[in-house]
Amino acid sequence: MKKLPFQKRTLALIAVLFPLLALFVYVALRSGPLAPVSVVLATVENKSISPKLFGIGTIEARYTYKIGPTFAGRVKRLDVHVGERVKAGQVLGEMDPVDLDERIRAQDATLKRANAQLNEAQARKDYAQTQALRYEQLLKARSTSEEVVATKQQDLLVAKAGLTAAREELSRVRAEREALEAQRSNLSLVAPVDGLVVSRDADPGTTVVAGQAVVELIDPSTLWVNVRFDQIRARGLAAGLSAQITLRSQAGELQAGRVLRVEPLADAVTEETLAKVVFDQIPDPLPPIGELAEITITLPTLAATPVVPNAAIHHKDSRLGVWQVTNGDLRFTAVSLGIADLEGRVQIREGLKVGDQVVAYSENALNEHSRIHVVDHIPGVTQ
Amino acid sequence: MHSWGKFVFTGMGLGLLIGITLSMAGIYRGMVDDAKVLLDNSGADLWVVQKDTLGPYAESSSLYDDIWRGIRGMPGVERAANITYLTMQVGKQDGDVRAMVTGVTPGEPGTPGWPPYLVAGRQITRSHYEAVADIASGFKLGDRIQIRRNHYTIVGLTRRMVSSNGDPMVFIPLKDAQEAQFLKDNDAIREQRRRTAENPAFNRPGVPGLLDAVIASQSTNPYVNAVLVRVEPGHAPEEIAESIRRWKRLTVYTRSQMEEILVGKLIATSARQIFMFLVILSIVSSAIVAFIIYTLTLGKIREIAVLKLIGTKNRTIVGLIMQQSIALGLIGFVVGKISATLLMAPIFPKYVLLQPLDSVMGFIAVVMICVLSSIIAIRAALRVDPAEAIGG
Repeated sequence: MKKLPFQKRTLALIAVLFPLLALFVYVALRSGPLAPVSVVLATVENKSISPKLFGIGTIEARYTYKIGPTFAGRVKRLDVHVGERVKAGQVLGEMDPVDLDERIRAQDATLKRANAQLNEAQARKDYAQTQALRYEQLLKARSTSEEVVATKQQDLLVAKAGLTAAREELSRVRAEREALEAQRSNLSLVAPVDGLVVSRDADPGTTVVAGQAVVELIDPSTLWVNVRFDQIRARGLAAGLSAQITLRSQAGELQAGRVLRVEPLADAVTEETLAKVVFDQIPDPLPPIGELAEITITLPTLAATPVVPNAAIHHKDSRLGVWQVTNGDLRFTAVSLGIADLEGRVQIREGLKVGDQVVAYSENALNEHSRIHVVDHIPGVTQ
Repeated sequence: MHSWGKFVFTGMGLGLLIGITLSMAGIYRGMVDDAKVLLDNSGADLWVVQKDTLGPYAESSSLYDDIWRGIRGMPGVERAANITYLTMQVGKQDGDVRAMVTGVTPGEPGTPGWPPYLVAGRQITRSHYEAVADIASGFKLGDRIQIRRNHYTIVGLTRRMVSSNGDPMVFIPLKDAQEAQFLKDNDAIREQRRRTAENPAFNRPGVPGLLDAVIASQSTNPYVNAVLVRVEPGHAPEEIAESIRRWKRLTVYTRSQMEEILVGKLIATSARQIFMFLVILSIVSSAIVAFIIYTLTLGKIREIAVLKLIGTKNRTIVGLIMQQSIALGLIGFVVGKISATLLMAPIFPKYVLLQPLDSVMGFIAVVMICVLSSIIAIRAALRVDPAEAIGG
């Protein structure tokens, strides 16, 4: 009887202390570096993957026409505004002729003068010819000296040369007048094709230099996307592949297209390969030139091979590999990788066979001595 | 034994105090660990940064993004990869999260700078607009986050990928990160264009196209913060670092130097702060243990006098008090360890690392403190006059 209260107390003490101790041992072993690492396993599957390439680009027009004068001058009028559609041959505007008309009138006068000079030269030549003939007959009759006849013949030759010079002068003046006429008619700015005005760079009154664009036209039916692919992820890019185009302004909406060509020149600075992707059907309304577009290109589906998720690939001691789990044991298996797709599946060329278990996700970095604890999903990840 | 309840509760109270001390040590270890995992996760042996800077973590550093090619060609270099780091607020529909946005070179898993393991989802496969985020950021798979002007889809989650400040990391493709880091906002760009257009040197009427060319050259951003280098097995990192320093005239840090920068410089003050707090807490705990033992002993002074009266040896009395003190310490330690692990560590916003070695050292410290602090009580007990058992 006397021993009972003591025992009761001891029991109570044990009842408090023992769970405490058990909890302590649990805490010491189940948390911190001694605890097993939770892992999620994935099975190597035999699957065919269809790799895709992803790039971004900007919408550009294939043909851009910069229309401007061929010599420096002032813009007289400009009839079109940005956004207007124009037809081939349509006059878009005109340059100010400034003194061109006066120069043409001056050239007209010069032409008349040249004509008069030609007539004069003709008259001189006719007279010189008559004189030369007359003195030749006089010489035959011995009524003049040989010297006088020679002088008259020289006069004739000079007059002939003068006539030729006057004739050539006339054609020079005529050609110059034609040149001015051509310049005069070149003052109008004419659309070379059907197109859309995208830029109006000078307004009437502005003086522009030769070659400077006054109006910029594009051909809206030739819109394409200038796409850039990172070189490391451009394998398999070729002309003719189908592409999906997502405009930045229309996220979620896909436009169909295809690769028109892969540029032979890559961008060496940005390490990107360039390609042109054309729309199967030009979107209506027309997307603005320069808008960002995301391009996904689907490559042909590959034959079924063992694939693993890319999260399973790890790097250890300068080898790529996976943490393979066989009968609960963890082992690093080196693998050689094949092609990957955008959904994160990677082909395994060597190192694993279908049905092997590999670690896809782990709570911590793994090593050979890690104890693992297989779970459905890592604690803390909300499904 | 009649006051065991009081004794156990005192032990538990003491345990909470020890728990706080252990957590404090855990916070210190966590800070150091944050710095180390940052280095571990980058998977690099060498960090090549702008000359004479402590970049990329402790100072800002910028390098041209084609420097890696020259470094890749040096003997002994297995991989070289560009990387950018930018700590910023990452926007989500509701509010934003402070995160370290890391731009990683596209490639295959295992490229230096890539998250070495995931807890969900997949690694980045597109070269734009995808992100892998640390789970501490609170993002979920499929979330759309905003970094500067672009939206990114979270495709993978990882764990313990933090900056040396403990901010979660968000991995995005390098080109996007360069844009995020160096591209100005639209207003600033427009202002810059206007300024350039107003400069007669760049906007000459006789040279059409010059202005466009100048503006185009202003909006490029060919910079990265560092080049991560992985050394081929069999080469000493220090040797390769030296040859890069010598021939490329850049600053290179090895793993141990980087650790020295992060632990010794970047978090030095805050770590010392925590350490001082830890020291003060330890002193306070030992003072409290001493007071408790002293009070408990004084409460039993009559019993001790009786013991003395019946001729108990001093050694036995010392042993009893010592036992009591150590028992108190043990209960305190067990409760402290449990509370620190289960209750306190998970609620701290930053990482708390409770190392077993720390626990062992803590245990030894607790026992020693208990032994030392029982000395006052022992002195009081030994000085007691056996006559007190009868009198008073």
